[in-house]
Amino acid sequence: MARVDVIMPQMGESIAEGTLSRWLKKVGDEVKRDEPIFEISTDKVDAEIPAPSAGVLAEILVTEGQTVPVQTVVARLETEKGAGVSATSAPAPAAGAGDGNSRASTSAPAGGGPPPKTESTAPSATSSHPPVAGTTAKAAPPNSLEERLRARSSPLVRKMAAEHGIEIAALQGTGIAGRVTKRDLLGYLEAGAARPGAGQRFAPSMHAPAGVEQQGPVPEPWPGDVVEPMSVMRQRISEHMVMSRRTSAHVTSFMEIDFTRVARLRAKHRARFEAENGQKLTYMPFILKSVVEGLKAYPVMNASVARNSVIYRKQYNIGVAVALDWGLIVPIIKQADELSLVGLTKALNDLAARARAKKLDPREVQDGTFTITNPGVFGSLMGTPIISQPQVAILGIGTIEKRPKVVTGADGEDTIAIRTCSFFSISFDHRIIDGAVADQFLAHVKRGIESFPEQGF
Amino acid sequence: MAEATYLEAIRQALFEEMERDENVFLLGEDIGAYGGAFKVTDGLLDRFGEQRVIDTPISEAGFVGAAAGAAHMGMRPVVEMQFIDFISCAYDMLTNYVATSRYRAMLPCPMVVRGPSGGYVRGGPFHSQNPEAAFLHTPGLKIVYPATASDAKGLLKAAIRDDDPVLFFEHKYLYRRIKEDLPDGDHVVPIGRARTAREGKDLSIITYAATVWKALEAAEQLEKEDGLSVEIIDLRSLLPMDDAAIVETVKKTNRVMIVHEDTRTGGVAGEVAARINEQAFEWLDAPILRVTAADVPLPYSPPLEDYVLPQTTDIVAVARKLAAY
Repeated sequence: MARVDVIMPQMGESIAEGTLSRWLKKVGDEVKRDEPIFEISTDKVDAEIPAPSAGVLAEILVTEGQTVPVQTVVARLETEKGAGVSATSAPAPAAGAGDGNSRASTSAPAGGGPPPKTESTAPSATSSHPPVAGTTAKAAPPNSLEERLRARSSPLVRKMAAEHGIEIAALQGTGIAGRVTKRDLLGYLEAGAARPGAGQRFAPSMHAPAGVEQQGPVPEPWPGDVVEPMSVMRQRISEHMVMSRRTSAHVTSFMEIDFTRVARLRAKHRARFEAENGQKLTYMPFILKSVVEGLKAYPVMNASVARNSVIYRKQYNIGVAVALDWGLIVPIIKQADELSLVGLTKALNDLAARARAKKLDPREVQDGTFTITNPGVFGSLMGTPIISQPQVAILGIGTIEKRPKVVTGADGEDTIAIRTCSFFSISFDHRIIDGAVADQFLAHVKRGIESFPEQGF
Repeated sequence: MAEATYLEAIRQALFEEMERDENVFLLGEDIGAYGGAFKVTDGLLDRFGEQRVIDTPISEAGFVGAAAGAAHMGMRPVVEMQFIDFISCAYDMLTNYVATSRYRAMLPCPMVVRGPSGGYVRGGPFHSQNPEAAFLHTPGLKIVYPATASDAKGLLKAAIRDDDPVLFFEHKYLYRRIKEDLPDGDHVVPIGRARTAREGKDLSIITYAATVWKALEAAEQLEKEDGLSVEIIDLRSLLPMDDAAIVETVKKTNRVMIVHEDTRTGGVAGEVAARINEQAFEWLDAPILRVTAADVPLPYSPPLEDYVLPQTTDIVAVARKLAAY
């Protein structure tokens, strides 16, 4: 028999932690290699995590709702006659663990959250949830001498604190030099069990500076109200939106785009396209093509702000927002500039389908350079979307519909014609993009769509 | 059964194994007519004769080699070092020849090398050593170091029956100082298993040999004066080491200190600490602390010997530090 560690996977370079949202197996269950055993949520994606090897789920170390650093051991599998299967057969615990564990050991006890006594004002209705849920706040490593001293603890205390979602720094230590000991933590847990709302604290995302927690008064539920904790995804979206508003100087500009030509092209080629490719031909690939051309012409729209520098991205990785029953996700079409209309269509349909089935690879929601959101499918005329950080612009597509428009004929006469039109909105970061550039970009996109070439289907 | 000292327990084990198996025989300096420097083998010559209780010249390398040859031929020799300090004379034979024979030539070498070890007896640098760490690093050897009469008997019987070479360290300070009722019958203690010498919940002392008794004294004092509940693990076997027992006590008390009489640097405590670090790091609530002899040759001078060797007061002081951490 041998035990194999199951770890919280690294979800890409920028991700330091993940939330275990659901166990798909319970202790004692037999699992096959690569069979999904739990679901995770990060600030970017929900995903099912497969078993590193076949065996029996022997130990569950991280409960549902807990947020832990990547590389944390979340469970152990007992493998059959696994004499040859050592713990090192789990994905890189040795090399990777260095980083993950040191993270855990330095940053877990950190963070200057408010002391627990201020939390007793939280709505009492939420106190019925275990204190574990969504409370494993993690912050940057401690900076001040006092913080470093307060974070003094031991491996055991850090482990217990992580399991119970407790900020060690908030505890009064009785060990040498104020160290927080096992006894201190047990004492706190005992006392905390009796304190309503204890440990119910907002977990700031790693992206968000401290302070995006609810500012202003926390509303009280009224009789008959229903109080539900936010899902992890909801919390992440919430944090990200507020953080983006604080980060970028948002300005939104609008233009009306004439889709009549594209609608005609679409009607003309639709049947053949669908027969050849097995995919529906929508407006979206036409828009994507034109947007990529626009980004090439105006590189600052495909950029990021790094303090006093601007990073001009040479990849055109276009995120397309997909509405889900349980939230929103933005899969990325990587290097969209290298794809044909057919390729774009396939990539888009594939990503959207897998997003709805929770089958996205975490890498597929990372490294976007520009985002398109399409509220038009719900009938919206125009919107003012919020930028997905660290990008600098986002395009909103209004509903595409037939409208009466004044057009000037070849003979110079004005007539009212029926045209297929849509309002596009571009939200941009005025820190580095001025209105003129954003409007020139949008005009470029407009020209691209209104004069879309006949070839290339 | 009647009370027996640690020394009598060893003699009983030798006697019973020689009765049980005619291949068992003894080799050593002055072990026959004289009965050994500490009288461990007293009376065995009369019972088993000169063929099975053999006095040797003062040549440790020579008689360890002779024992190895006999062991290859199916005998089960038990070699006495007059003082274990002299085992260094046979270091080459034990590490290069005996320990490797099964690996090199598939030649089993079922032999025991035993001898009086340790200090607290004003013996000075050549008659007080604890050389276990020098052999801990040698794959192919087994090492046991009992703290009680019952374990001394049971482990020696297990060592004699073992098909591989076993170094059996006896603590001379314990020879006549401790007594206990030995279990009846064929009492064998398996090699490789530690023993809980005292149950506790606040901190653990991992130790072996004479310092088990110092630790027990310290635990009494800590309970009375500090209200601390101290667990004591007696390793008994150093090679193979009982990792499971070590991890279990770490998980129970989360605070661990290791006590041994041998010098500090490169000692057994370092190995135990490393294993805890590898296998139970997340269960630690405090750093692993050591109480050992100072890194010096053991002085003859009684006050200096007392200063150099770990005493009950040293254990109490470090345990208090550990508990407060």
